[in-house]
Amino acid sequence: MSDRRLEVDALSKRYGDTVALDRMSFDVRAGEIFGFVGSNGAGKTTTMRIILGVLAADGGEVRWDGVPVDQETRSRIGYMPEERGLYPRMKVGEQLTYLARLHGLGAAEAAEAVRSWTERLGVHARFGDEVQKLSLGNQQRVQLAAALVHNPEILVLDEPFSGLDPVAVDVMSQVLREKAAEGIPVIFSSHQLDLVERLCDRVGIVRAGTMVACDTVERLQASGGEELLVHAPAAPEGWASGLTGVTVRGRENGRTVLALDEGADDQAVLAAALATGPVTEFARRRSSLTELFRHVVSAETNTGETEK
Amino acid sequence: MSKGNHQSGQLTNLEAVRLVAGREMSVRLRSKAFRILLGITALAFLAVPIITKLAASGPTTQHVAVVQADADYGQGLENLADKLHQKVAVTVVSDQAAGTAAVRDGKADAFVVSHGADGTQVTVKKSLPDSLQTLFSFAGAAEQGPPPASQQVHTTTLQKTDPQQGQKIAIAITAGLLMYLILMTVGQMVAQGVVEEKTSRVVELLLATIKPWQLLAGKVAGVAVVGAIQLVVPGVLGLAVGMADGQLSVSLSASVGSLLWTLAWFAAGFWLYAMIFASAGAMVSRQEDLGGVMAPIMMPLIAGWVVAISILPTNPDSGLGEILSFVPLTAPVLMPMRWALGVAPVWQVLVALALTLACGVFVLRFAGRIYRNSVLRSGARVPLREALKAA
Repeated sequence: MSDRRLEVDALSKRYGDTVALDRMSFDVRAGEIFGFVGSNGAGKTTTMRIILGVLAADGGEVRWDGVPVDQETRSRIGYMPEERGLYPRMKVGEQLTYLARLHGLGAAEAAEAVRSWTERLGVHARFGDEVQKLSLGNQQRVQLAAALVHNPEILVLDEPFSGLDPVAVDVMSQVLREKAAEGIPVIFSSHQLDLVERLCDRVGIVRAGTMVACDTVERLQASGGEELLVHAPAAPEGWASGLTGVTVRGRENGRTVLALDEGADDQAVLAAALATGPVTEFARRRSSLTELFRHVVSAETNTGETEK
Repeated sequence: MSKGNHQSGQLTNLEAVRLVAGREMSVRLRSKAFRILLGITALAFLAVPIITKLAASGPTTQHVAVVQADADYGQGLENLADKLHQKVAVTVVSDQAAGTAAVRDGKADAFVVSHGADGTQVTVKKSLPDSLQTLFSFAGAAEQGPPPASQQVHTTTLQKTDPQQGQKIAIAITAGLLMYLILMTVGQMVAQGVVEEKTSRVVELLLATIKPWQLLAGKVAGVAVVGAIQLVVPGVLGLAVGMADGQLSVSLSASVGSLLWTLAWFAAGFWLYAMIFASAGAMVSRQEDLGGVMAPIMMPLIAGWVVAISILPTNPDSGLGEILSFVPLTAPVLMPMRWALGVAPVWQVLVALALTLACGVFVLRFAGRIYRNSVLRSGARVPLREALKAA
């Protein structure tokens, strides 16, 4: 089961003259959590909608376990659309049961699944209430339950963490980890890069409808080069700007963040820092995903907005 | 996780449509709006027989034509009517031909051809109203003095009489009104249902699971059942009250026949209108914008009903009525009425039904396309041209 993969292969989509997706390709392995990041309008939602068959691609293919995804496979995908939506005047329990049955569960199975998921996600007490009477946070939990209630084989979640309180974020993270541990490929998009960094096995960064970087978090970070963190309290503004092979990235809590070019001498930096006075901290670190993301995404911004 | 121990399996088309229809029905049948509307229509159709009865007994002026020679007799009629609290206006005409013409044109309800010992000879268009019958039989008596013997009244009718005409009109109006109201309300229900799914965005979740046509078909089927309930309950109630009241002496089988034809027409008309209303709903994102796209759809329905109610009861053979009863968008209201009035032969009903169904099939292609192209687009109203473009 571990070699089953959800493959997104060269998806293309245009809306009139605007290109939404340009040969978008990546794959997600069974049991893997895949983070899908990119600025607004980069094509994340379009890609997910095509995976779910809500939109038709102009070109390319989505395959699960080597077979093109069809309606039958799609009924086994758990989906959380970016635009949250449930029937506002339908009761929580009835709504989830209806969605479970639409995914092919029998009446008894559906009732059992709805009960266990509402309990698990802490909304069982609101079982008989109309969705519109729930708080936004609880509506989000019901929405997650809607994605999980048919015991999906694949999870596709568009911005699952947006609008969640910290407790709900933990619940959501735990659910995603558990689902991955069951051998389910999990793909989610997010702007919360710290969460992506913490949760994901692999990350794909999209820009203008194309995958520009796709690898494990570690390797992506390694590719971004190393950063030097220097805390020299007495140092004047711009003390490091004259050093060769060194770029000042900014300041963080009083520390100066420097990027070193390949082969640049960190000892020279230390010497320069010491020349300004005491140095209380001097450390190497890998660039954060945020930094990397900023770097990758801003590399070419003139391609323009594409989504919708 | 292997496929084998997985609980879910794909739904068949029928199961998907049935699930969607089931949700639609259970939500609507439990809604307050449905119960209120059902109550109102049921009351309305209980009231129709009672109102027609009251209307029939109201004092209306009867027009009687007499020739110059009978002017005095005419005066006597008016005087007698006055005593009986009836309103009768007597017109003097030049000759027999003019009198007959007046009756034919509807200017007079009756023309007194002759009166005397051998009875009163009267020409009427269809039938002699009871009040005039009484008047004529005693008018002669008063003239001749005692003993007051009632006169024989012989009537000649210009048109073939149909003693059940009044009931037929009542049934026709009832059938037409039901069709009109139901198509109007359930059509709007479909449009609002589509917009609700769009506004709440739940449609994306649904379309990630089932196909657009399954969702559309299920919704339309569910609303159709709700609409049929709304048609049958008042219809049966109305017939029951009418018969219990003795007003409807048309045979039970004829009444049930009318109801069945109306149901068949409901199915065909609803199918056609539901598709159009659903595409209209898919093109907008908010309930507030719905009025604008629904107005042009409701026009033919309203126009058909206006023609039906203003022309058909008095002139069932109207040419305009006949033409419109073949036009698919107006046929569902007009043809059941013409059938109930007994002026449409079976072949006409079947041809019109076939035309409506054919139009429904034609519309389905476009409605499906509009729905698919528009239902996921939010924001401004989707222009018709873009909605129609092939996927």
